[in-house]
Amino acid sequence: MSWRRLWAIVVKELRQMRRDRITLAMILGIPVIQLVLFGYAINTNVRGLATGIADQANTAGSRALVMDMLATGVVAPVARVATPQELMAMIRDGRISVGIAVPPDFERRRIDGREVAQVLVDGSDTAVQGAAAQLAQVPIDSAVPDTRAPLTSTPPTGRISVVAFYNPQRSSALAIVPGLIGVILTMTMVLFTAIAIVRERERGNMELLIATPLTSTELMVGKVLPYVAIGLVQTSVVLALGMWLFDVPIRGGMIAVYLAAGLLILANLALGLLISTRAQSQFQAMQMMIFIFLPSILLSGFMFPFAGMPKVVQWVAEVLPLTHFLRLIRGVMLRGAGLWELWRDVLALAVFTLVMMALAIARFRKRLD
Amino acid sequence: MTTSAGSAAQTDAEGAAIRARGLTKRFGQLVAVDHVDLEVPAKHVYGFLGPNGSGKSTTIRMLCGLLMPSDGEIEVLGLKIPAQADALRPHIGYMTQKFSLFEDLTVRENLEFLAAIQGVPKAGTRARIDDLIEQYHFGDLQQQLAGTMSGGQKQRLALACAVIHEPQLLFLDEPTSAVDPESRRDFWEKLFELADIGTTLLVSTHLMDEAERCHRLAILDHGVLVADGTPDELAGKLEGRTFVVESADPRRAQHALTDAPGVLGVAQVGNMLRVLIADDGGDPARRMDEALAHAGVKAGVAPAPPNLEDVFVAATHKGGRDRERAA
Repeated sequence: MSWRRLWAIVVKELRQMRRDRITLAMILGIPVIQLVLFGYAINTNVRGLATGIADQANTAGSRALVMDMLATGVVAPVARVATPQELMAMIRDGRISVGIAVPPDFERRRIDGREVAQVLVDGSDTAVQGAAAQLAQVPIDSAVPDTRAPLTSTPPTGRISVVAFYNPQRSSALAIVPGLIGVILTMTMVLFTAIAIVRERERGNMELLIATPLTSTELMVGKVLPYVAIGLVQTSVVLALGMWLFDVPIRGGMIAVYLAAGLLILANLALGLLISTRAQSQFQAMQMMIFIFLPSILLSGFMFPFAGMPKVVQWVAEVLPLTHFLRLIRGVMLRGAGLWELWRDVLALAVFTLVMMALAIARFRKRLD
Repeated sequence: MTTSAGSAAQTDAEGAAIRARGLTKRFGQLVAVDHVDLEVPAKHVYGFLGPNGSGKSTTIRMLCGLLMPSDGEIEVLGLKIPAQADALRPHIGYMTQKFSLFEDLTVRENLEFLAAIQGVPKAGTRARIDDLIEQYHFGDLQQQLAGTMSGGQKQRLALACAVIHEPQLLFLDEPTSAVDPESRRDFWEKLFELADIGTTLLVSTHLMDEAERCHRLAILDHGVLVADGTPDELAGKLEGRTFVVESADPRRAQHALTDAPGVLGVAQVGNMLRVLIADDGGDPARRMDEALAHAGVKAGVAPAPPNLEDVFVAATHKGGRDRERAA
């Protein structure tokens, strides 16, 4: 291994990158666009659902219950009507997503312990359904202090409120920004290196390179190093924007965040190189990259909870670097954990990197056939 | 094979830079290179002449260890190829058929990259690059992106990069295919300068005038080496078999001669026809007269000194007939 040849590759890559405007735009554009998209536009925390109210009881108690529901912010009143039938018609038209119906015998039902009100939901959108379910959690006892209820009685199960730890405001940005670092790095790092070697082959540079004393290791490592720096720049962009726009905390320390990012960067670069040694064209490399990217997004726990997946799918997810990175980064940024406490995922990423790199170097032949 | 006694003695004294025995490359059903025996003497410009698809590039790639031969033995600069290909690489330069430098790097950046990769001593790198820039006339183009240069300039840069580490042996795969005649002449000047300082050059081409310049050459046809020797030796073998035919109606004369017995090739050159005839005894001039008279064409037949194109036609025609017989 010659350091001079390795360095020559690094310098060449950086010089080529400097003149490649699309790549430069991708380096900064992808993190900014994704962060704004996920942070602002994609919000799983539903608020302000258009709501109609039919309070047929219209007592002090029923008005207090409706006020409590509105106070959650999940619903926003747009219409007051006389009957539940009108609410149903409005849901069908799409004028409202949620209807709150309080029957005339509200007080009677409250005393009897029967259902006191009904929340009608447009079930065609599961997100709305989930959000509206929160409304059913509103405790009736707090709405109207019930002097007749014994102090020792335990509240019925339907009235237990949910307390969210670490993300008390239920802010989506908070949960998404750390994961987004991983998603962006998975997308750009695999793509850059997957293309890196194939491009040389497509442009005919490879035939020149393999006729020189350059070794596979020098070429592979030299290709990877510039992108490690790029990956760390992208990490910084997401972190800075995340802190500035969404007040995302970093509870476990900057060094741990960058170490975790560095591990993911290396894992993805090595994976990209392996793809590169297989693909015959840049287009093929892109296609293979999609095969990695989609499962990473869907199975890693970024979009859907890991715990909810079937065992077999979980095994698949364990192979993906993003899964381990998400555990690391959420632990570090949101729970203030140290990397040594999360050593299993650190080890998993390191092993993944070494295996992929070794395979890539072994697969790369200094020959044309 | 046609290695004369004189050149064999010279080869032994100088040593051969490349030896190949039974070199064969198959791609599935296709035999791209078919049992080629080759001996390239050191410090010569050795030409590979053949039409496109005759196996020139494949042979060169096998000789520098980029392709695995299906069969046969190769020795380059005393090293067994492909086994010792890594040891060979520092001593060879390779100029690919397609421009293979980095189009998004400047002239100087490409040279700097190759100097580092080829292990040009660090202290001497700057001087060596300045030297090459001067020698290859890149004074004003140093900061020009390689991709924006003309075909001739690109080829010059490719050659400068291929020789940056002063290799003993230089492979050039159709180096001048995309270059205008003047640039080609300059380019060949450079090749002879390199040969003068002791470099062995293996140049493939499909151009006759380039092949004529080589010290020695081999003619490849459909992967088979059909002739080799110096251009004069090769042409000398055709003595008495080439003729010019002058006629007022060259097209009809050509028709009449093409089907005449023993005629290997008829090519129109201006108002004259150049005819190559097989060597099967008898009087070829009389046979041609008879054929022309039979067709009712008035024409004069005169012997002409053979040139390399005749050699090429004779060699490739023979190869074609041998294969037909085998099939």
